[in-house]
Amino acid sequence: MEAGVAITREDVLHVARLARLEIPADQVEEVQGQLSAILEAVGKVSELDLSDVEPTSHPLDVVNAWAEDEPRPSLSREEALANAPDPSEGAFRVPAVGS
Amino acid sequence: MIDTLRLTAEDAAGLLKRKEVSSEELTRAYRASIAERDPELHAYLHVTESADGDGVPIALKDVITTKGVPTTAASRILEGYVPVFDSTVAACCKDAGLPLLGKTNLDEFAMGSSTENSGFGPTRNPWDPERVPGGSSGGSAAAVAGGLAPWALGSDTGGSIKQPASLCGLVGLRPTYGTVSRYGIVAFASSLDQVGPLTKTVRDSALLMQVISGADPRDSTTVELPQPIELPEAEDLRGLRIGIPRELNEAEGMEPGVKQSVDAAIRLAEELGAEVGETRLPRSVEFGLACYYLIAPAEASANLARYDGVRFGHRAQVDGDLTELYERTRWEGFGDEPKRRIMLGTYALSAGYYEAYYGQAQKVRTVIKDEFAAAFRDFDLLVSPTSPTVAFRLGEKAENPLAMYLSDVLTIPPNMAGLPGLSIPCGLSEGLPVGLQLIGPQFSENALFRAGHALERAFAFDYVPERLR
Repeated sequence: MEAGVAITREDVLHVARLARLEIPADQVEEVQGQLSAILEAVGKVSELDLSDVEPTSHPLDVVNAWAEDEPRPSLSREEALANAPDPSEGAFRVPAVGS
Repeated sequence: MIDTLRLTAEDAAGLLKRKEVSSEELTRAYRASIAERDPELHAYLHVTESADGDGVPIALKDVITTKGVPTTAASRILEGYVPVFDSTVAACCKDAGLPLLGKTNLDEFAMGSSTENSGFGPTRNPWDPERVPGGSSGGSAAAVAGGLAPWALGSDTGGSIKQPASLCGLVGLRPTYGTVSRYGIVAFASSLDQVGPLTKTVRDSALLMQVISGADPRDSTTVELPQPIELPEAEDLRGLRIGIPRELNEAEGMEPGVKQSVDAAIRLAEELGAEVGETRLPRSVEFGLACYYLIAPAEASANLARYDGVRFGHRAQVDGDLTELYERTRWEGFGDEPKRRIMLGTYALSAGYYEAYYGQAQKVRTVIKDEFAAAFRDFDLLVSPTSPTVAFRLGEKAENPLAMYLSDVLTIPPNMAGLPGLSIPCGLSEGLPVGLQLIGPQFSENALFRAGHALERAFAFDYVPERLR
């Protein structure tokens, strides 16, 4: 796909679903307008022909920073659950997965 | 009587060493200033009641995880979250005996340039409360400039230390990527985030960098600085080659007062013995902002996936299934800017668009890295304004995300290349501070401090806001 193409209402709903955001129907249009304006601006990157350029994913030339596989102390169960909105029987309780 | 507006951290350490004042008395003086001025400035989200340590107290940006002390990243989605562990930098501060004064305000998840995006209300600039302190580390900057902390830590992704330092008349260091641990820092964009000091002087910045820098086994992207941080002494710039990248000094939207102040600073650098010449960064400046606003939101969309209402933070009340819980929790908990960036990043990474947006942005990043490397073949340091404008009014850019993004047009290009940058105040325009950005090659912190210190002495800038003198 080309960069810098305006996005549709369906695109906004699709992206919101992918990002697990429950966008209210009355706000879709506003978000669509803002995202379109930003995408038009950032689509500028497509003006450059960079077919011969390698991508940079990380600013330092560090590769494979290995660590010894040694056991270390970790959080206790109580600590891990200390901030849980709904702890139950030593676990995180959630609603049914799929209704 | 401790003058918290004027006292540097280095001088405070001297008072402690000579036993002229105790750490408790220092902490009490800053708490008194907080009680007096923070109702107006709102630099803090949380003020501690007590803290251990016998050193110079410190304020930490609220993305820095502190065991037993609330950490919210200024987001409603983390309201009430009290960490059960310390970030490495918070542990470094504790080990150095620095009592924690409190946690400072920011743009939610460090996304913004004015601190207006905080989920808990904006911070105001100590120089003029009608204006923003910059962002996203605006709370840390306002705390130090307003005498509410002797020094503070911020974090910088696209300019979030350098730009508020500039707008509040302070020294701000964005260290070389990888020299300060990100373990326990609320993640925004992992290939860009770096923690660094906001201070009144360059020497304070070096002192704090000594406390926080170093390789950390808990963050595999960290490295050791090749030379230890030295306290700068030099008062001249003899032998230093300073490059003036034309595009960074003639950017669109630059205020004439900012340009004049920086031009005067460059002339002073020549008088101090520096060799000054022009250089070019054409594509870094033209394409830097677009590159950043693809890469940072893409990384943010992945990092912010963890806020799901299950293990910590806000949870929405729903009758439905787990997906509904996720979706409503996230829509309720995140403010507008994080939601905007999550959607932008998700789009840029989604099937069919990945190559055109994110893949292309990563290649632009290589172009930027190469342009800076070429400039550093001829020059030791590069200079420009830090921000194209002085502090702007609250609300002035709040309704236009793209106008706000332009605040970081001069700080983003070096950040994309992982370069360190130091902002130091070089004068006033319309009664408000102007910041000079010094950019060096990776691991050039000592060179930045040396040059920054010599320039700071020559500028003789008074960091106490005029209305508070």
